[in-house]
Amino acid sequence: MHQLTLAEIARALAAKQFSAEELSRELLGRIRQLDPQLNSFITVTEEQALEQARAADARRASGENGALLGAPIAHKDLFCTRGVLTSCASKILTGFKAPYDATVVEKLAAAGTVTLGKLNMDEFAMGSANESSHYGPVKNPWDTSRVPGGSSGGSAAAVAARLIPAATGTDTGGSIRQPAALTNLTGLKPTYGRVSRWGMIAYASSLDQGGPIARTAEDCALLLGAMAGFDPKDSTSVDQPVDDYLAALNQPLTGLRIGLPKEYFGNGLDSRIAERVLAVVEELKKLGASVKDISLPNMKHAIPAYYVIAPAEASSNLSRFDGVRFGYRCENPQNLEDLYKRSRGEGFGAEVKRRIMVGTYALSAGYYDAYYLKAQKIRRLIKNDFLAAFGEVDLILGPTTPNPAWKLGEKANDPVSAYLEDIYTITANLAGIPGLSMPAGFVDGLPVGVQLLAPYFQEGRLLNVAHQYQQVSDWHTRTPTGF
Amino acid sequence: MQWEAVIGLEIHAQLSTQSKIFSASATSFGAEPNTQASLIDLGMPGTLPVLNAEAVRMAVKFGLAINAELGRTNVFARKNYFYPDLPKGYQTSQMDHPIVGKGYLDITLEDGTVKRVGITRAHLEEDAGKSLHEDFHGMTGIDLNRAGTPLLEIVSEPDLRSAKEAVAYVKAIHALVRYLGICDGNMAEGSLRCDCNVSVRPRGQAEFGTRAEIKNVNSFRFIEKAINHEIQRQIELIEDGGKVVQETRLYDPNKDETRSMRGKEEANDYRYFPCPDLLPVVLEDSFIEQVRGELPELPPQKRERFQSQFGLSAYDASVLSASREMADYFEAVQQVCGDAKLAANWVMGELSSLLNKEGLDIEQSPVSAAQLGGLIQRIQDNTISGKIAKMVFEALANGEGETADAIIEQKGLKQVTDTGAIEAMLDEVLAANAAQVEQYRASDEAKRAKMFGFFVGQAMKASKGKANPGQVNQLLKKKLEG
Amino acid sequence: MALERSDVEKIAHLARLGLGESEIPQTTETLNNILGLIDAMQAVNTDGIEPLAHPLETTQRLRADVVTEENHRDEYQAIAPAVENGLYLVPKVIE
Repeated sequence: MHQLTLAEIARALAAKQFSAEELSRELLGRIRQLDPQLNSFITVTEEQALEQARAADARRASGENGALLGAPIAHKDLFCTRGVLTSCASKILTGFKAPYDATVVEKLAAAGTVTLGKLNMDEFAMGSANESSHYGPVKNPWDTSRVPGGSSGGSAAAVAARLIPAATGTDTGGSIRQPAALTNLTGLKPTYGRVSRWGMIAYASSLDQGGPIARTAEDCALLLGAMAGFDPKDSTSVDQPVDDYLAALNQPLTGLRIGLPKEYFGNGLDSRIAERVLAVVEELKKLGASVKDISLPNMKHAIPAYYVIAPAEASSNLSRFDGVRFGYRCENPQNLEDLYKRSRGEGFGAEVKRRIMVGTYALSAGYYDAYYLKAQKIRRLIKNDFLAAFGEVDLILGPTTPNPAWKLGEKANDPVSAYLEDIYTITANLAGIPGLSMPAGFVDGLPVGVQLLAPYFQEGRLLNVAHQYQQVSDWHTRTPTGF
Repeated sequence: MQWEAVIGLEIHAQLSTQSKIFSASATSFGAEPNTQASLIDLGMPGTLPVLNAEAVRMAVKFGLAINAELGRTNVFARKNYFYPDLPKGYQTSQMDHPIVGKGYLDITLEDGTVKRVGITRAHLEEDAGKSLHEDFHGMTGIDLNRAGTPLLEIVSEPDLRSAKEAVAYVKAIHALVRYLGICDGNMAEGSLRCDCNVSVRPRGQAEFGTRAEIKNVNSFRFIEKAINHEIQRQIELIEDGGKVVQETRLYDPNKDETRSMRGKEEANDYRYFPCPDLLPVVLEDSFIEQVRGELPELPPQKRERFQSQFGLSAYDASVLSASREMADYFEAVQQVCGDAKLAANWVMGELSSLLNKEGLDIEQSPVSAAQLGGLIQRIQDNTISGKIAKMVFEALANGEGETADAIIEQKGLKQVTDTGAIEAMLDEVLAANAAQVEQYRASDEAKRAKMFGFFVGQAMKASKGKANPGQVNQLLKKKLEG
Repeated sequence: MALERSDVEKIAHLARLGLGESEIPQTTETLNNILGLIDAMQAVNTDGIEPLAHPLETTQRLRADVVTEENHRDEYQAIAPAVENGLYLVPKVIE
């Protein structure tokens, strides 16, 4: 049963081949047995899962038949789940049982999904390797001596290892797409404002978006359809009807104009990944697409801009973690200053503290114009680049990452080298456009991904192209050995 | 050395919305601690703000009332600092693009002159919670009920030149926000708070001196005292060869002095930046016009109209338009009796004395405008004299009757105006005081004038105050002349 | 612009992050590396470019002024580190 995709599970449950409860039991068993090798789960909610599964079975018995009814999933541990530890993989949220559910959690529960637990991640979503978690690093099932990517590393590892068919993740600078690429999965970052951020603990408010990670584009479509939608509790949520992503999957690609940014194929890119990207392009051409070279001239400025804006917003968003109303409080605080400094100093990991300090500096008196304001201006240049490009093409294609998964510990002491891995993914967050990563083959036995970018609210286009590619390729069906 | 004080005020007005500015929690005062603190107010992880339409409306009302430029696109910014009553570790406020820009307010000073005070800006922001420093075994208790209540911060230009001017300005703002129905102005409950920026400079100097800020002064009296004290302190400091330090100070009403808070403030770098969880607020023309249409008649216009329409003096017009409730009451009385001057006299006289004595606001007046108007009508139609009217007024205040008429009837207070009856009564009085009558007739003008009061008194006594005084005077004089 | 130890201490104080003695040199070095990365921005010509604060340039929606929140104090305070008589407790603040 663990080999089945969400779509296959939906059909099997409808055909009564097994019950949601049986399915959840099997997966909970797999998690118990195999997750110690991966460390992808922070919390497994066994009892609640079985209750939810039974409830889903009851709903199905009474005549309901939604595609996600009884589907087992798990949530990245920054989505608030009521009564369950929501840790953001941080010591500072020790004991934090969220007093409410995130909108994404509510919507997926309403659709009948069964939550098996909360997934490991980089602390407060800051990282590209899932090595900064208070609960220990996550391993890549394709090679457990390597990172799965981050920050949604737990989500990716659990799905890649078939512990669950799909999961939720979040993407601020590539944190869904990059781990998907490093673990042979399909992951989608929706348009900014497409998915509600209510209950999705914030890292960088103007960049964060929640999205699906699964084995196929079809599964992503299923999950996104339930996650997306206007939420009045989120002022940045967009009041736009949700497309029928499933219906969009089967559009033929004739006439699709694809752009390849020339800036993508520079020095930093592993040439074998470049080959794989071009191979995907050839397949898409066979399906009716045309390709042209385009330019995104300001792309190289994206990383510095991102590493000002995201830390700046984070430095403010994380001020609420102060040991006063919830979470970790240091022992015997001597006075208020001591309470703050030790609770935060002891509660936050090194990378989080670094980014808070960078952000604090970038906003501080005398530096605001040179850093924060400058970064926001570069942000507009990047958005303008995309607007211009989408005047000529319907889709932008390129590699998701410049390299495949690196070894655990390799970049842990050199954060800047890890930052440079975000080069392809970051621009989509700055501009707010949707992006998807899909499996495109292997390099040295390690998965690599191809990234698709589309104009605002064209998630359907992304899923469509990925799905069509997945009809004529089988990378996405490969399984890591031992799982 | 002649010194001049330069004063600017920052007034925080708590807007009287039902719910908070970014959450749907109640804003009512006095609830049990933390029972009006939602997930958003507590700064729980993952929560997000959504802006209260009424707070925007109220801010725009204020902006229109002070003839200000409006921030057609205004932006919320985060003011970052750590304090336990600030749950998110930042206050959502407005920095570069406030909702209300430059405007002005005309205030009437004690000598009757009008001064135009510039207002630099007014912006929306959220209030913090409260710290309770009573001993919880060496700990401080934090109540977040107030966290998230909408505030309008009104910043004046440094146009004020004395403590009295400052108080006049605060009073005018107080009256205006109550007039507009956007704030209840209750300083004791903290609905209106005032920070005073005070500096001094040699008279004639163009440059401003260094200013000190006196935070959170919560009554008109204290504002006057605090500013006066601070002006003195700064003058003495400079004259002794010292320099005024730019700092925050607190006014201690018990010692009547200001104290430096330097230790707490330090150099706080607030790292303002636009709040990424909120989008820019756009004020459309149609919205602004709609709000403009809802503006009540404001104090300056009312003052004018009371003078032109009712012929009241500038002073009377000013007093009667000081608050919307007072003005409405006065006009209601005038409506009933049709005599603005009488209405004015009674409202500013008997009624105000009563309210002052009982410590009541006009909204709590035991005598309604309708009742007072009815009473004045009975004076106008001579049913009762002015003196008896005062008795009826007191009776109304004590709830002894529903209307003036009911009380007049019940107590038999109708004035006697029948000439025959009065003459008969006077004849009796004169007969009973024959000796004084002889003495009167034997005296000169001056002495007669003095004695006349005696006879009037006797007449009023005999008639139990019900004889029409005018007629008594007239008839008595005739009879005494002989 | 390279950060000195005193700069790092100031920033850590602003952010209320307690840094141990031993952490400071490493942190200073790493922060300087990051700032080196960021300084590349200065070479970009952004004359006349408006800053972009929100990716989708929409405007703020307004909420009707209605109270819909109820009292959940007990539930919310169940996860608090220190509470008494309904108040959150912190070390005494000296004004």
